[in-house]
Amino acid sequence: MKITKVAKAGTLESNDILIMVMPNESGKVELELESIVLQQFGDVIEQVILHKVKEMGVEGITIKAQDKGALDYTIGARVETAIKRAF
Amino acid sequence: MEKLRRSMLFMPGNNPGMLQDAAILGADSIILDLEDAVSLTEKDSARILVRDAIKTIDYSQVEVVVRVNPLDTEFGPQDVDMIARVKPDTLLIPKADEEEIKLVDTMLDKIEKEEGYLAGSIKIIALIETAIGLATVYDVIKASKRVVGVLLGGEDLTSDLGVSRTREGEEIFYARNKVATACRALKVDSIDTPFTDTNDYEGLAKDTAKAKSLGLTGKSSINPRQIEIIHSVFAPTEAELKHALRVLEVMKEAEKEGKGVCSLDGKMIDAPIIKRATRTVEQGAKLGLIRDEGGAT
Repeated sequence: MKITKVAKAGTLESNDILIMVMPNESGKVELELESIVLQQFGDVIEQVILHKVKEMGVEGITIKAQDKGALDYTIGARVETAIKRAF
Repeated sequence: MEKLRRSMLFMPGNNPGMLQDAAILGADSIILDLEDAVSLTEKDSARILVRDAIKTIDYSQVEVVVRVNPLDTEFGPQDVDMIARVKPDTLLIPKADEEEIKLVDTMLDKIEKEEGYLAGSIKIIALIETAIGLATVYDVIKASKRVVGVLLGGEDLTSDLGVSRTREGEEIFYARNKVATACRALKVDSIDTPFTDTNDYEGLAKDTAKAKSLGLTGKSSINPRQIEIIHSVFAPTEAELKHALRVLEVMKEAEKEGKGVCSLDGKMIDAPIIKRATRTVEQGAKLGLIRDEGGAT
């Protein structure tokens, strides 16, 4: 499934994450991640984001994520919201 | 034992930090709010966040209540459909009237069946905040067996009535009486409107005491700092507990001796006094204020 437009969800407040998604032509899932806890949890945050994208069956998507210490449930929820807004 | 609903704390549904902390702030119930605390452009986001919070966070020590949007908006039915599937304890239905409660009841019947949940396990609290809701509150409660309580929404109600909201709250005197009476008649909880000045603790204590004196059984709150005061007002005092225990003791002795009427400190003990004493002792037991052998701690 492909998204058709740019959309975002979340905030830059603490415990939250701002997710921006946009369609790309490569057909791949591309992720740019910034996080205040990148060193400790960067890998886990990436996994949570990519797992949600896969679960929703989306391809050809570029994701820019700015994390402010969000827990997994928040990351998943914000990615899902952004993708649903981008259809 | 049935859980208490002395305090119900509103938490904004689109704030991850507050959702994470909600369970540990001391309130008996938390209300994860999808309605007034969430802007129109973030309704979808909050709905998904609250759904995932309920799936993930340990809320086992509190009652999880979700305030959905009114059913006559585009958001309300979507809220019920998504949130009920993760089985919150209770849904808080805004601008409740008989028709709205019946509609939610039917939706929940369907969802519980589809998800394999026990029929009737998701409860409803009716938010009475319109003149029509207040005028028909008895029928609103009777509209579904799921209704376990009524929350009085003073701000919207006074707006609907076209009157000003004051610190003293005389304008909701009738509403408090009416809600308390209907709830007592149908044996459900009656929760008072929040006290909105979060820095006025004295005002909060007075307002809570007034609600209690009119028969309301709990109070909603909009700030965790209000919870301790609300609990202290709704807890029976040591003197009230001791008196209630003595009433029940005297009653038991009178029963043994086959007396129909008895007295304590020169005052007659009759059915209403026994009923009140029983209720006080039950509440004391729920709060752990009574030792096993029946004495006040």
